[in-house]
Amino acid sequence: MMYLVCLSLITIAPVTDVQAADKPNDAGSNIIITWILSPDDAFIEYYSVLRRSAHDTDEQYIGRNKNGICTFEDNTTQDNIAYTYVIAAVMANGEAIRSEPSNPGRSYPQVFHSGRINVLVCILIFSALVLYFVRRARRDKNLFIRKIAGLAAVEDAIGRATEMGKPILYVPGLWDIDSTATIASMNILGEIAKKIARYDTPLIVTNRWSVTYTISKEIVKEAFISQGHPDKFKNDYIRYLTEDQFGFAAAVDGIMIREKPAANFFIGYFWAESLILAETGAMTGAIQIAGTDAVNKLPFFVTACDYTLLGEELYAASAYLSREPLLLGALKAQDYGKVLALVLLAVITVLAFFGLNLSSIMVVR
Amino acid sequence: MKRTLPLAICLVIGVSMVIQFFIPHPVSLRYNSTILTWVIILTAFALILAIGNVFVHHGHKIVKQQPGWFYSAVTIVSMVIVAIIGLFWGIGGQSLFQKIYLNILSPLAATMFALLAYYMASAAYRAFKARSIESFMLLAAAFIVMIGFMPFGQYIHPRLPDFAEWIMQVPNMASKRGILIGIAFGAIATALKIILGIERSWLGGKD
Repeated sequence: MMYLVCLSLITIAPVTDVQAADKPNDAGSNIIITWILSPDDAFIEYYSVLRRSAHDTDEQYIGRNKNGICTFEDNTTQDNIAYTYVIAAVMANGEAIRSEPSNPGRSYPQVFHSGRINVLVCILIFSALVLYFVRRARRDKNLFIRKIAGLAAVEDAIGRATEMGKPILYVPGLWDIDSTATIASMNILGEIAKKIARYDTPLIVTNRWSVTYTISKEIVKEAFISQGHPDKFKNDYIRYLTEDQFGFAAAVDGIMIREKPAANFFIGYFWAESLILAETGAMTGAIQIAGTDAVNKLPFFVTACDYTLLGEELYAASAYLSREPLLLGALKAQDYGKVLALVLLAVITVLAFFGLNLSSIMVVR
Repeated sequence: MKRTLPLAICLVIGVSMVIQFFIPHPVSLRYNSTILTWVIILTAFALILAIGNVFVHHGHKIVKQQPGWFYSAVTIVSMVIVAIIGLFWGIGGQSLFQKIYLNILSPLAATMFALLAYYMASAAYRAFKARSIESFMLLAAAFIVMIGFMPFGQYIHPRLPDFAEWIMQVPNMASKRGILIGIAFGAIATALKIILGIERSWLGGKD
């Protein structure tokens, strides 16, 4: 009560410098209102935001902020209509002190996201590198690529399965086809299927998603056709199991226990089921090759599998297995891209020691 | 034509989606949502093929009385019953479908997840054998982190939890970030290779 009595005796200063401006890099319908807080901010309960356009006869209440906050986003505007805003500072007793009206602000959609220029520059540089090395690969067919143990063992794994007369199991991860890891896995599946097509080895590809099922079926079928053995392809090679994560793990475990594949490939994106799959495979005595870009799951595969493709090796696998010069050229570009990124990181780090912080240029908005 | 058309579609859609990322205009957003709607429609058609595959695979096993055919029968019967219940009696909060999901499927999934603890123990036993300098370092780091994060770690030495945290935040994080940078470039390169038609494994390889 005493507080309210005191409040009624205080005359508070209004907020000043109310500005209305279009929100940058958006699809329109947004105006950002900013103001300088009242010097008596501590006595203010909240700030009411009031709006008026040329078509409105009265001010409209848009929303409110707690005290201490001097920005408000109005996301109910119509594009290309000028609005003026008034901020009313309201005290606990309901008394309101109005500000001067803001400048007229208009919202409109942008055609380019200026906060993503850094991404565009990186894509252009990297694309240029890829195109340059692909052109170079056309001339120089002997680009060097370091040995990747996991991929060198693919041939051995297929050979072992063929000799034992047992199937090869391929799990293309648990993410759908919109994951780059799954796309990379599909490329590897194509190369492995080509090698399998030359022998009479059964293949089992287990899928968690219907789209990966249809794509992996087409890829394997195309691989068999490209090797001149369309007759060896069987629809039963490609299986759809379930979308449930642990239901899928249980089904793949069941296949490993019942059909005893001689070689298991776990290539793609995995979660907790990675260890369940890899340990079951290890118990059945199969040679196991895994590859994932899920950094936290790499230790599971390193522990339980014979060979593991670490991160970027997953993306290099298709080029490595096919030895196609154009793909090897793109791989070179990838390496030079990494060198550029490391140089940039080193330069930014050194500059930070001298008080020049450029890390914001690497932020994607 | 069999190869050119998919490659052309891939190029056009791929490049347009890259351009769309840089344009916040409503037209661009509408284009993006239209493409995503098409993806949902394609997924629905793919699901029909996938369910067909389940029926054919397990039906074949049942007809041929192959080993484990009984499990195939359980799969098909369960799938059909749950689908009928969902289609005709709904999938709302109190429906029979939800009761089946919560009381049968979820506990089964939790059981599979629980197995992870045992698999971790067996994998750790295999990994933590000090056969080389590298595996000894792995063993030592894991031992320090495990003890350091336990409540009695600080009674062994008051700085042990800090040291365990340092292992996680500095050497571990540095190597993780190194891998992540490589992954990012690999992912971009893969996307570019497919969009530009350099990578054609998904079409059965080069011409």
